[in-house]
Amino acid sequence: MAEGGRQKAERPAPSAISIQPSAVWDALASVPDPEIPVVSITDMGMVRDVTVGDAGGVTVTFTPTFSGCPALHVIRDSIEQAVRDLGVTDVEVKSTLTPPWTTDWIGDDARERLRQYGIAPPAPTGEGQLIQLDVEPTRCPRCGSLNVRMTASFGPTLCKRMYVCDSCREPFEGFKSV
Amino acid sequence: MTTTPTTLTDPQAQALLLKLTVLADDEIILAHRDGEWTGHAPILEEDIALANIAQDELGHAGLYLSLAQTLGGSDPDQVAFWRGPDDYRNTRLVELPKGDWAFTMVRQFLYDTSEALWLEAATRSTYASLAEIAAKAVREEKFHVQHTALWVERLALGTPESERRTQAALTELWPHAAQLFQPVEGEAELTASGILPDLNAVHARWTDLITWHLVDKCGLTLPDAPTTQPGRDTHTEHLAPLLEEMQSVARQHPDAEVW
Repeated sequence: MAEGGRQKAERPAPSAISIQPSAVWDALASVPDPEIPVVSITDMGMVRDVTVGDAGGVTVTFTPTFSGCPALHVIRDSIEQAVRDLGVTDVEVKSTLTPPWTTDWIGDDARERLRQYGIAPPAPTGEGQLIQLDVEPTRCPRCGSLNVRMTASFGPTLCKRMYVCDSCREPFEGFKSV
Repeated sequence: MTTTPTTLTDPQAQALLLKLTVLADDEIILAHRDGEWTGHAPILEEDIALANIAQDELGHAGLYLSLAQTLGGSDPDQVAFWRGPDDYRNTRLVELPKGDWAFTMVRQFLYDTSEALWLEAATRSTYASLAEIAAKAVREEKFHVQHTALWVERLALGTPESERRTQAALTELWPHAAQLFQPVEGEAELTASGILPDLNAVHARWTDLITWHLVDKCGLTLPDAPTTQPGRDTHTEHLAPLLEEMQSVARQHPDAEVW
Protein backbone atom coordinates (compact mmCIF):
# COMPACT_ATOMS: atom_id res chain seq x y z
CA MET A 1 0.00 0.00 0.00
CA ALA A 2 2.00 2.92 -1.25
CA GLU A 3 -0.76 5.46 -0.83
CA GLY A 4 -1.61 7.53 2.25
CA GLY A 5 1.05 8.80 4.58
CA ARG A 6 1.68 12.37 5.52
CA GLN A 7 3.79 14.29 3.05
CA LYS A 8 6.34 16.35 4.95
CA ALA A 9 7.28 19.77 3.72
CA GLU A 10 10.93 20.10 2.85
CA ARG A 11 10.81 23.84 3.30
CA PRO A 12 8.02 26.12 4.50
CA ALA A 13 5.93 27.57 1.71
CA PRO A 14 5.47 31.30 2.18
CA SER A 15 2.01 31.36 0.69
CA ALA A 16 0.82 28.43 2.82
CA ILE A 17 0.40 30.59 5.89
CA SER A 18 -2.47 32.57 4.42
CA ILE A 19 -4.38 29.78 2.67
CA GLN A 20 -8.09 29.74 3.48
CA PRO A 21 -10.22 26.58 3.55
CA SER A 22 -12.54 28.24 1.02
CA ALA A 23 -9.63 28.53 -1.45
CA VAL A 24 -8.98 24.80 -1.05
CA TRP A 25 -12.66 24.04 -1.60
CA ASP A 26 -12.60 26.18 -4.74
CA ALA A 27 -9.55 24.32 -6.03
CA LEU A 28 -11.16 20.95 -5.34
CA ALA A 29 -14.32 22.06 -7.14
CA SER A 30 -12.29 22.02 -10.35
CA VAL A 31 -11.06 18.44 -9.89
CA PRO A 32 -13.15 16.30 -12.25
CA ASP A 33 -14.45 12.87 -11.38
CA PRO A 34 -12.04 10.66 -13.38
CA GLU A 35 -14.84 8.55 -14.78
CA ILE A 36 -17.47 11.27 -15.35
CA PRO A 37 -15.55 14.41 -16.27
CA VAL A 38 -18.58 16.72 -16.42
CA VAL A 39 -18.89 16.64 -12.65
CA SER A 40 -16.27 17.48 -10.04
CA ILE A 41 -15.43 15.57 -6.90
CA THR A 42 -17.15 18.28 -4.83
CA ASP A 43 -20.27 18.08 -7.04
CA MET A 44 -20.33 14.38 -6.19
CA GLY A 45 -20.16 15.11 -2.46
CA MET A 46 -16.91 13.16 -2.14
CA VAL A 47 -15.01 15.88 -0.28
CA ARG A 48 -16.19 15.81 3.32
CA ASP A 49 -13.85 18.15 5.12
CA VAL A 50 -11.01 20.60 4.61
CA THR A 51 -8.90 21.84 7.51
CA VAL A 52 -5.93 24.17 7.57
CA GLY A 53 -3.51 23.68 10.46
CA ASP A 54 -1.72 26.45 12.35
CA ALA A 55 1.46 25.84 10.35
CA GLY A 56 -0.43 26.01 7.06
CA GLY A 57 -0.70 22.25 6.46
CA VAL A 58 -3.90 21.19 4.68
CA THR A 59 -5.88 18.07 5.45
CA VAL A 60 -8.57 16.96 3.03
CA THR A 61 -10.98 14.20 4.02
CA PHE A 62 -12.83 12.43 1.25
CA THR A 63 -15.19 9.50 1.06
CA PRO A 64 -15.09 6.86 -1.68
CA THR A 65 -18.20 6.44 -3.81
CA PHE A 66 -17.85 2.67 -4.28
CA SER A 67 -15.41 0.68 -2.16
CA GLY A 68 -14.05 -1.16 -5.19
CA CYS A 69 -13.84 1.91 -7.42
CA PRO A 70 -10.60 1.61 -9.40
CA ALA A 71 -10.37 5.41 -9.70
CA LEU A 72 -9.84 5.92 -5.96
CA HIS A 73 -6.07 6.30 -6.14
CA VAL A 74 -6.44 8.72 -9.07
CA ILE A 75 -8.87 10.82 -7.02
CA ARG A 76 -6.55 10.77 -4.04
CA ASP A 77 -3.59 11.89 -6.16
CA SER A 78 -5.68 14.57 -7.89
CA ILE A 79 -6.77 16.04 -4.55
CA GLU A 80 -3.20 16.19 -3.36
CA GLN A 81 -2.02 17.80 -6.59
CA ALA A 82 -4.83 20.38 -6.59
CA VAL A 83 -3.85 21.52 -3.10
CA ARG A 84 -0.14 21.54 -3.97
CA ASP A 85 -0.93 23.74 -6.97
CA LEU A 86 -2.10 26.36 -4.47
CA GLY A 87 1.44 26.46 -3.14
CA VAL A 88 0.79 24.26 -0.13
CA THR A 89 3.58 21.77 0.51
CA ASP A 90 2.15 20.02 3.57
CA VAL A 91 -0.87 18.09 2.30
CA GLU A 92 -2.62 15.14 3.88
CA VAL A 93 -5.44 13.27 2.14
CA LYS A 94 -7.52 11.10 4.43
CA SER A 95 -10.47 8.88 3.60
CA THR A 96 -13.53 8.18 5.70
CA LEU A 97 -16.44 5.77 5.34
CA THR A 98 -18.73 7.58 7.72
CA PRO A 99 -21.30 8.65 6.80
CA PRO A 100 -21.38 6.34 3.78
CA TRP A 101 -21.53 8.14 0.45
CA THR A 102 -24.94 8.49 -1.12
CA THR A 103 -26.08 9.80 -4.49
CA ASP A 104 -28.47 12.05 -2.54
CA TRP A 105 -25.45 14.34 -2.04
CA ILE A 106 -25.13 15.09 -5.74
CA GLY A 107 -26.22 18.70 -6.23
CA ASP A 108 -29.02 19.86 -8.53
CA ASP A 109 -26.76 21.59 -11.06
CA ALA A 110 -24.52 18.52 -11.21
CA ARG A 111 -27.59 16.35 -11.86
CA GLU A 112 -28.48 18.63 -14.75
CA ARG A 113 -24.93 18.37 -16.14
CA LEU A 114 -25.11 14.59 -15.87
CA ARG A 115 -28.40 14.61 -17.79
CA GLN A 116 -26.99 16.83 -20.54
CA TYR A 117 -23.99 14.52 -20.77
CA GLY A 118 -26.43 11.64 -21.43
CA ILE A 119 -26.44 10.00 -18.01
CA ALA A 120 -29.79 9.76 -16.21
CA PRO A 121 -29.21 11.23 -12.74
CA PRO A 122 -29.91 9.04 -9.70
CA ALA A 123 -33.36 8.92 -8.11
CA PRO A 124 -33.68 9.62 -4.37
CA THR A 125 -32.43 6.58 -2.46
CA GLY A 126 -35.44 6.01 -0.22
CA GLU A 127 -33.30 4.66 2.61
CA GLY A 128 -34.35 1.77 4.74
CA GLN A 129 -35.08 -1.15 2.47
CA LEU A 130 -32.36 -3.72 2.11
CA ILE A 131 -33.74 -5.82 -0.65
CA GLN A 132 -35.71 -3.94 -3.26
CA LEU A 133 -36.39 -6.09 -6.27
CA ASP A 134 -38.08 -3.15 -7.99
CA VAL A 135 -35.76 -0.67 -9.64
CA GLU A 136 -36.36 3.04 -9.13
CA PRO A 137 -38.09 4.93 -12.01
CA THR A 138 -35.64 6.42 -14.48
CA ARG A 139 -36.18 9.13 -17.08
CA CYS A 140 -34.52 9.15 -20.50
CA PRO A 141 -31.92 11.95 -20.33
CA ARG A 142 -32.54 12.76 -24.00
CA CYS A 143 -36.34 12.97 -24.37
CA GLY A 144 -37.50 12.83 -20.74
CA SER A 145 -39.70 9.78 -21.22
CA LEU A 146 -40.26 7.32 -18.38
CA ASN A 147 -40.91 4.62 -20.99
CA VAL A 148 -37.47 3.09 -20.55
CA ARG A 149 -36.07 -0.40 -20.10
CA MET A 150 -33.01 -1.38 -18.11
CA THR A 151 -30.84 -3.53 -20.37
CA ALA A 152 -28.02 -4.20 -17.91
CA SER A 153 -27.93 -3.67 -14.16
CA PHE A 154 -24.18 -3.11 -14.27
CA GLY A 155 -22.64 -0.59 -16.65
CA PRO A 156 -19.17 0.45 -17.77
CA THR A 157 -18.43 1.75 -14.27
CA LEU A 158 -19.59 0.58 -10.83
CA CYS A 159 -21.92 3.56 -10.47
CA LYS A 160 -23.97 3.13 -13.66
CA ARG A 161 -26.57 0.93 -15.32
CA MET A 162 -27.58 0.60 -18.97
CA TYR A 163 -30.99 1.52 -20.34
CA VAL A 164 -32.84 1.87 -23.63
CA CYS A 165 -35.56 4.46 -24.13
CA ASP A 166 -38.62 2.97 -25.83
CA SER A 167 -39.85 6.44 -26.82
CA CYS A 168 -36.81 7.88 -28.62
CA ARG A 169 -35.03 4.52 -29.09
CA GLU A 170 -31.74 5.78 -27.70
CA PRO A 171 -29.62 3.67 -25.35
CA PHE A 172 -28.30 5.55 -22.32
CA GLU A 173 -26.52 5.16 -19.00
CA GLY A 174 -28.25 5.77 -15.68
CA PHE A 175 -26.62 6.60 -12.38
CA LYS A 176 -27.43 4.04 -9.70
CA SER A 177 -29.28 5.33 -6.71
CA VAL A 178 -27.01 4.48 -3.79
CA MET B 1 -21.65 0.85 24.25
CA THR B 2 -19.04 1.30 21.57
CA THR B 3 -16.09 -1.02 21.26
CA THR B 4 -12.80 0.36 19.98
CA PRO B 5 -9.47 -1.33 19.28
CA THR B 6 -8.23 -0.23 22.70
CA THR B 7 -11.14 -1.73 24.61
CA LEU B 8 -10.87 -5.15 22.94
CA THR B 9 -9.33 -7.90 25.03
CA ASP B 10 -6.50 -9.80 23.39
CA PRO B 11 -8.60 -12.94 22.73
CA GLN B 12 -11.35 -10.71 21.27
CA ALA B 13 -8.86 -9.01 18.96
CA GLN B 14 -7.50 -12.38 17.80
CA ALA B 15 -10.97 -13.76 17.12
CA LEU B 16 -11.99 -10.60 15.24
CA LEU B 17 -8.80 -10.73 13.20
CA LEU B 18 -9.62 -14.32 12.22
CA LYS B 19 -13.21 -13.41 11.35
CA LEU B 20 -12.11 -10.53 9.14
CA THR B 21 -9.65 -12.85 7.37
CA VAL B 22 -12.40 -15.41 6.80
CA LEU B 23 -14.73 -12.78 5.36
CA ALA B 24 -12.03 -11.34 3.11
CA ASP B 25 -10.92 -14.76 1.88
CA ASP B 26 -14.42 -15.62 0.68
CA GLU B 27 -14.61 -12.30 -1.18
CA ILE B 28 -11.19 -12.66 -2.82
CA ILE B 29 -11.71 -16.22 -4.03
CA LEU B 30 -15.23 -15.60 -5.31
CA ALA B 31 -14.05 -12.43 -7.07
CA HIS B 32 -11.42 -14.47 -8.86
CA ARG B 33 -14.00 -17.03 -10.02
CA ASP B 34 -16.25 -14.18 -11.22
CA GLY B 35 -13.31 -12.64 -13.03
CA GLU B 36 -12.81 -15.89 -14.93
CA TRP B 37 -15.95 -15.04 -16.89
CA THR B 38 -14.36 -11.94 -18.38
CA GLY B 39 -14.54 -12.51 -22.11
CA HIS B 40 -16.56 -15.71 -21.67
CA ALA B 41 -19.96 -14.71 -20.30
CA PRO B 42 -23.08 -15.50 -22.41
CA ILE B 43 -23.54 -11.84 -23.37
CA LEU B 44 -21.37 -8.73 -23.13
CA GLU B 45 -23.57 -7.14 -20.47
CA GLU B 46 -23.03 -10.13 -18.18
CA ASP B 47 -19.33 -10.07 -18.82
CA ILE B 48 -19.38 -6.51 -17.53
CA ALA B 49 -21.75 -7.30 -14.66
CA LEU B 50 -19.52 -10.02 -13.28
CA ALA B 51 -16.45 -7.80 -13.60
CA ASN B 52 -18.36 -5.13 -11.64
CA ILE B 53 -19.40 -7.63 -8.99
CA ALA B 54 -15.85 -8.94 -8.71
CA GLN B 55 -14.60 -5.36 -8.24
CA ASP B 56 -17.09 -4.76 -5.44
CA GLU B 57 -16.16 -8.01 -3.69
CA LEU B 58 -12.48 -7.12 -3.89
CA GLY B 59 -13.31 -3.68 -2.52
CA HIS B 60 -15.05 -5.31 0.44
CA ALA B 61 -12.07 -7.62 0.98
CA GLY B 62 -9.84 -4.53 1.01
CA LEU B 63 -12.01 -2.94 3.70
CA TYR B 64 -11.94 -6.09 5.87
CA LEU B 65 -8.19 -6.49 5.48
CA SER B 66 -7.48 -2.84 6.26
CA LEU B 67 -9.46 -3.27 9.45
CA ALA B 68 -7.56 -6.49 10.18
CA GLN B 69 -4.32 -4.59 9.71
CA THR B 70 -5.28 -2.21 12.52
CA LEU B 71 -5.68 -5.26 14.77
CA GLY B 72 -2.17 -6.48 14.02
CA GLY B 73 -2.81 -8.25 10.73
CA SER B 74 -0.42 -8.05 7.79
CA ASP B 75 -0.52 -5.69 4.87
CA PRO B 76 -3.64 -6.49 2.77
CA ASP B 77 -1.60 -7.22 -0.37
CA GLN B 78 0.61 -9.56 1.62
CA VAL B 79 -2.44 -11.44 2.92
CA ALA B 80 -4.01 -11.77 -0.53
CA PHE B 81 -0.97 -12.59 -2.64
CA TRP B 82 1.50 -14.36 -0.37
CA ARG B 83 -0.53 -16.99 1.45
CA GLY B 84 -0.93 -20.51 0.12
CA PRO B 85 -3.98 -22.81 0.17
CA ASP B 86 -3.13 -24.06 3.67
CA ASP B 87 -3.53 -20.56 5.07
CA TYR B 88 -6.62 -19.44 3.15
CA ARG B 89 -9.84 -19.72 5.17
CA ASN B 90 -12.45 -19.39 2.41
CA THR B 91 -15.40 -21.76 2.11
CA ARG B 92 -15.45 -24.56 -0.43
CA LEU B 93 -18.51 -22.91 -1.95
CA VAL B 94 -16.48 -20.07 -3.44
CA GLU B 95 -13.46 -22.05 -4.61
CA LEU B 96 -15.28 -24.61 -6.78
CA PRO B 97 -14.55 -24.10 -10.51
CA LYS B 98 -16.80 -21.61 -12.24
CA GLY B 99 -18.94 -24.25 -13.97
CA ASP B 100 -21.70 -23.19 -16.33
CA TRP B 101 -23.73 -19.99 -16.15
CA ALA B 102 -26.42 -21.52 -13.93
CA PHE B 103 -23.76 -22.73 -11.51
CA THR B 104 -22.21 -19.27 -11.39
CA MET B 105 -25.52 -17.50 -10.80
CA VAL B 106 -26.80 -19.95 -8.17
CA ARG B 107 -23.51 -19.74 -6.28
CA GLN B 108 -23.53 -15.96 -6.47
CA PHE B 109 -27.14 -15.86 -5.28
CA LEU B 110 -26.45 -18.10 -2.27
CA TYR B 111 -23.39 -16.04 -1.43
CA ASP B 112 -24.81 -12.56 -2.10
CA THR B 113 -27.88 -13.13 0.04
CA SER B 114 -25.78 -14.38 2.94
CA GLU B 115 -23.37 -11.47 2.58
CA ALA B 116 -26.14 -8.87 2.34
CA LEU B 117 -27.96 -10.21 5.40
CA TRP B 118 -24.74 -10.49 7.41
CA LEU B 119 -23.67 -6.96 6.47
CA GLU B 120 -27.08 -5.58 7.29
CA ALA B 121 -26.81 -7.11 10.77
CA ALA B 122 -23.20 -5.95 11.10
CA THR B 123 -24.23 -2.30 10.65
CA ARG B 124 -25.39 -2.59 14.28
CA SER B 125 -22.00 -3.80 15.52
CA THR B 126 -20.71 -2.09 18.64
CA TYR B 127 -17.32 -2.09 16.93
CA ALA B 128 -17.58 1.24 15.13
CA SER B 129 -15.12 0.53 12.30
CA LEU B 130 -16.90 -2.72 11.43
CA ALA B 131 -20.30 -1.01 11.52
CA GLU B 132 -18.95 1.66 9.12
CA ILE B 133 -17.61 -0.91 6.68
CA ALA B 134 -20.88 -2.84 6.78
CA ALA B 135 -22.93 0.29 6.12
CA LYS B 136 -20.77 1.00 3.09
CA ALA B 137 -20.67 -2.52 1.67
CA VAL B 138 -24.34 -3.38 2.14
CA ARG B 139 -25.34 -0.58 -0.25
CA GLU B 140 -23.26 -2.22 -2.95
CA GLU B 141 -24.31 -5.75 -2.14
CA LYS B 142 -28.00 -5.06 -2.67
CA PHE B 143 -27.28 -4.61 -6.38
CA HIS B 144 -25.66 -8.03 -6.51
CA VAL B 145 -28.66 -9.62 -4.81
CA GLN B 146 -31.11 -7.97 -7.22
CA HIS B 147 -29.06 -9.05 -10.19
CA THR B 148 -28.43 -12.67 -9.31
CA ALA B 149 -31.94 -13.24 -7.88
CA LEU B 150 -33.33 -12.23 -11.26
CA TRP B 151 -30.94 -14.48 -13.15
CA VAL B 152 -31.75 -17.51 -11.00
CA GLU B 153 -35.45 -16.88 -11.59
CA ARG B 154 -34.95 -16.46 -15.32
CA LEU B 155 -32.95 -19.68 -15.56
CA ALA B 156 -35.18 -21.74 -13.27
CA LEU B 157 -38.35 -20.69 -15.09
CA GLY B 158 -36.76 -20.66 -18.55
CA THR B 159 -36.39 -23.72 -20.73
CA PRO B 160 -36.34 -27.34 -19.51
CA GLU B 161 -32.58 -27.31 -20.12
CA SER B 162 -31.97 -24.13 -18.11
CA GLU B 163 -34.19 -25.47 -15.33
CA ARG B 164 -32.29 -28.75 -15.30
CA ARG B 165 -28.96 -26.95 -15.08
CA THR B 166 -30.15 -24.61 -12.35
CA GLN B 167 -31.43 -27.49 -10.23
CA ALA B 168 -28.20 -29.42 -10.83
CA ALA B 169 -26.19 -26.39 -9.70
CA LEU B 170 -28.27 -26.01 -6.55
CA THR B 171 -27.91 -29.71 -5.76
CA GLU B 172 -24.14 -29.52 -6.13
CA LEU B 173 -23.68 -26.24 -4.26
CA TRP B 174 -26.11 -26.82 -1.41
CA PRO B 175 -23.88 -29.05 0.75
CA HIS B 176 -21.25 -26.29 0.75
CA ALA B 177 -23.51 -23.32 1.44
CA ALA B 178 -23.96 -24.04 5.15
CA GLN B 179 -20.23 -23.51 5.61
CA LEU B 180 -20.86 -19.79 5.20
CA PHE B 181 -22.49 -19.88 8.62
CA GLN B 182 -19.72 -21.75 10.41
CA PRO B 183 -18.45 -19.60 13.30
CA VAL B 184 -14.75 -18.98 13.79
CA GLU B 185 -13.03 -19.77 17.05
CA GLY B 186 -14.08 -17.22 19.67
CA GLU B 187 -16.97 -15.89 17.56
CA ALA B 188 -19.62 -16.64 20.23
CA GLU B 189 -17.86 -14.31 22.63
CA LEU B 190 -17.72 -11.53 20.05
CA THR B 191 -21.42 -12.00 19.33
CA ALA B 192 -22.24 -11.83 23.04
CA SER B 193 -20.32 -8.55 23.21
CA GLY B 194 -22.31 -7.11 20.31
CA ILE B 195 -19.21 -6.89 18.11
CA LEU B 196 -20.36 -9.48 15.57
CA PRO B 197 -23.88 -10.30 14.36
CA ASP B 198 -25.60 -13.41 15.70
CA LEU B 199 -24.68 -15.90 12.98
CA ASN B 200 -27.57 -18.23 13.83
CA ALA B 201 -30.05 -15.40 13.41
CA VAL B 202 -28.49 -14.43 10.07
CA HIS B 203 -28.59 -18.09 9.00
CA ALA B 204 -32.30 -18.32 9.86
CA ARG B 205 -33.12 -15.15 7.89
CA TRP B 206 -31.05 -16.41 4.97
CA THR B 207 -32.86 -19.78 4.95
CA ASP B 208 -36.24 -18.01 4.89
CA LEU B 209 -35.20 -15.66 2.10
CA ILE B 210 -33.63 -18.23 -0.20
CA THR B 211 -36.40 -20.77 0.40
CA TRP B 212 -38.95 -18.16 -0.60
CA HIS B 213 -37.04 -17.30 -3.75
CA LEU B 214 -35.67 -20.67 -4.85
CA VAL B 215 -38.59 -22.92 -3.84
CA ASP B 216 -41.72 -20.75 -3.79
CA LYS B 217 -40.87 -18.43 -6.65
CA CYS B 218 -38.54 -20.47 -8.86
CA GLY B 219 -39.93 -23.97 -8.22
CA LEU B 220 -36.56 -25.48 -7.38
CA THR B 221 -36.00 -28.20 -4.79
CA LEU B 222 -33.65 -27.71 -1.87
CA PRO B 223 -31.61 -30.85 -1.22
CA ASP B 224 -31.29 -32.21 2.32
CA ALA B 225 -28.95 -30.20 4.46
CA PRO B 226 -25.61 -31.85 5.18
CA THR B 227 -25.19 -33.19 8.69
CA THR B 228 -21.51 -32.32 9.01
CA GLN B 229 -19.24 -29.68 7.55
CA PRO B 230 -15.51 -29.68 7.00
CA GLY B 231 -13.68 -26.76 8.60
CA ARG B 232 -12.57 -23.72 6.67
CA ASP B 233 -9.00 -25.00 6.87
CA THR B 234 -9.70 -27.89 4.51
CA HIS B 235 -10.00 -27.20 0.81
CA THR B 236 -10.81 -28.98 -2.41
CA GLU B 237 -8.08 -29.61 -4.98
CA HIS B 238 -9.35 -26.55 -6.85
CA LEU B 239 -7.96 -23.85 -4.54
CA ALA B 240 -4.25 -24.41 -5.18
CA PRO B 241 -4.39 -23.85 -8.97
CA LEU B 242 -6.66 -20.82 -8.45
CA LEU B 243 -4.14 -19.22 -6.09
CA GLU B 244 -1.28 -20.13 -8.40
CA GLU B 245 -2.91 -18.14 -11.18
CA MET B 246 -4.18 -15.29 -9.00
CA GLN B 247 -0.81 -14.77 -7.31
CA SER B 248 1.46 -15.37 -10.30
CA VAL B 249 2.06 -11.70 -11.14
CA ALA B 250 2.72 -10.69 -7.55
CA ARG B 251 5.12 -13.57 -7.09
CA GLN B 252 6.99 -12.81 -10.30
CA HIS B 253 7.32 -9.14 -9.32
CA PRO B 254 7.60 -9.12 -5.53
CA ASP B 255 9.04 -5.60 -5.50
CA ALA B 256 6.22 -4.02 -7.47
CA GLU B 257 4.14 -1.54 -5.49
CA VAL B 258 0.97 -2.03 -7.50
CA TRP B 259 -0.01 -4.94 -9.71
